[in-house]
Amino acid sequence: MAKKLMKGNEAIGEAAICAGALNYFAYPITPQSEVAEYLCWRLPEVGGTFVQAESEVAVGNMLFGAAASGKRVFTTSSSPGISLMQEAISYIAGAQLPVVFVNIMRGGPGLGGILPAQSDYFQAVKAGGHGDYHLIVLAPSSVQEAVDLMILAFDLADKYRNPVMLIGDGMIGQMMEAVEFPEEHRKPNDPTGSDWALTGAKNRKARITKSLFLDPVMLEENSFLLAEKYKTIKKNEIRFEKYKVTDKNRILIMAYGTMARICQTAIDELEQEGISVGLFRPVSLYPFPEQDIFTESTRKNIEKVLVVEMSVGQMIEDIERCLKGQREIDFYGRTGGIVPTPNEVKDKVRQMLGIKK
Amino acid sequence: MAYQANTVFTRPASLSETITHYCPGCTHGIIHRLVAESLDELGLRERAVGVAPVGCSVLIYNYFNCDFLEAPHGRAPALATGFKRIRPDMIVFTYQGDGDLASIGMGEIVHAANRGEKFTTIFVNNAIYGMTGGQMAPTTMPGQRTTTSPAGRDVDLAGYPIRMAELLSTLRTPAYVARTSVHTPMHAVQAKQAIKKAFRLQKENRCFSLVEVLSTCPTNWGIAPSDATRWLAENMLPYYPLGVFKDPEREEATS
Repeated sequence: MAKKLMKGNEAIGEAAICAGALNYFAYPITPQSEVAEYLCWRLPEVGGTFVQAESEVAVGNMLFGAAASGKRVFTTSSSPGISLMQEAISYIAGAQLPVVFVNIMRGGPGLGGILPAQSDYFQAVKAGGHGDYHLIVLAPSSVQEAVDLMILAFDLADKYRNPVMLIGDGMIGQMMEAVEFPEEHRKPNDPTGSDWALTGAKNRKARITKSLFLDPVMLEENSFLLAEKYKTIKKNEIRFEKYKVTDKNRILIMAYGTMARICQTAIDELEQEGISVGLFRPVSLYPFPEQDIFTESTRKNIEKVLVVEMSVGQMIEDIERCLKGQREIDFYGRTGGIVPTPNEVKDKVRQMLGIKK
Repeated sequence: MAYQANTVFTRPASLSETITHYCPGCTHGIIHRLVAESLDELGLRERAVGVAPVGCSVLIYNYFNCDFLEAPHGRAPALATGFKRIRPDMIVFTYQGDGDLASIGMGEIVHAANRGEKFTTIFVNNAIYGMTGGQMAPTTMPGQRTTTSPAGRDVDLAGYPIRMAELLSTLRTPAYVARTSVHTPMHAVQAKQAIKKAFRLQKENRCFSLVEVLSTCPTNWGIAPSDATRWLAENMLPYYPLGVFKDPEREEATS
């Protein structure tokens, strides 16, 4: 298929259709309202369902009900909206249903702003709702990767019967880039014969989809079952990308999403100055590439590790956890909608190495 | 003349063979049966999906013999919307108490009704929070003593009880909205007629339907089961009049 110039938000909507996910529930919020504006006409074209809900609380719960049908369902929102969905996300995780959430992050806390940020890392990765659970979290760094990961997100949600969250900063949603979609669209799931979807108690026992276990023994059992599932996910679904990682690197940068692309520019320019820096970009934020981060960061040539985020420092806590004190970790972050420039990253690297411009 | 034994009364197929946890004198059991009988008689059990609330009837899925979803508190209409939109061929119903529907779930029920979602809501109003131990609900009567209004509901601070059937019937979108009661056998028969009609309208893919059912809670009202039905008649009926507030068939007949 030929490449198409498309805005990230619209491309994410189209990617879902490619994945056979034709059921979308949403509430408008900047900077991702274009997804709903696109899907409100596009989904009916392909026989899908579009519902504009009264709130993000309702969106989350509509998805809960819709996912029980066994069909692929999803929503897109931005930070404050995702906060309102945490109730349903916790229930969906507990009831083990496949749902894909997209968070096109803006600055917070509170109403914050509407410009790009990466300040919802904790909320996505550490489980923003109540209870012992995890989402699978994927972070694209380009519109094309947003399309690819969106399709993967539905596969992972179905495979593990677990909610998956795609997190992109506002730039991923607003930026236009050339994208390519798969030639063939997936067919929507057929829940006939499913051993968990609610299809009516005909010639079988009645099925209950729930997260309630009043008996503590059974609740513990369910939590252990989830924990086992997360172990399998950790084993199978770690994704990351390395950029210019060599045994000449003096510094290894850790960054994800759009921030990683900005760091690539900084790395290219530093290379011109004879300063060798590599980039490690986690693509799956949960499961987190713990072992690979440790291995890459503790190579002999790596003097220091630099974490760059569009927040005041969230992923850095996971990096610290992975490095177990084996390397000095420094941080550079801007937030509130201010995006670090390649020059700022370069200055930080030079400062870390004690190099004057 | 030889007597022949005929079966004249059985457990509806839509109910499972489980002993309920409800208190003596609670009318949830009666209402469950009316719903189950309606599903049976309309032949809907095998394509029914119920949505359970948070409240005394949270375990309703153990008592029914059809597929069920267990919703977060108040959100049953959102779950029902999501499911029914994707499977319009299925029969979807929510079963919710007054704390669930009229307090924390007010937004979800109003908007589902206003969008005309084609599912059925059974709204059980006993004027109190039962499961959490008898706290004041939005439907608690003025002056009624509860564990969070020990001196009686003060309407200056808590306002007056919300009349959900009336409130929802102001919406322009076609719907069937009725209020019934089950405090006497006669009222239970009338409630059954309304519940069955609500499911029939869904079966015909007509409209959203809601049947409010006035119910007793002797445990949290602090009175004997035999007095509870009288308390309902004396205190709730004057404030919560029974009747059909909105009916698409009546609207068609008069337009």
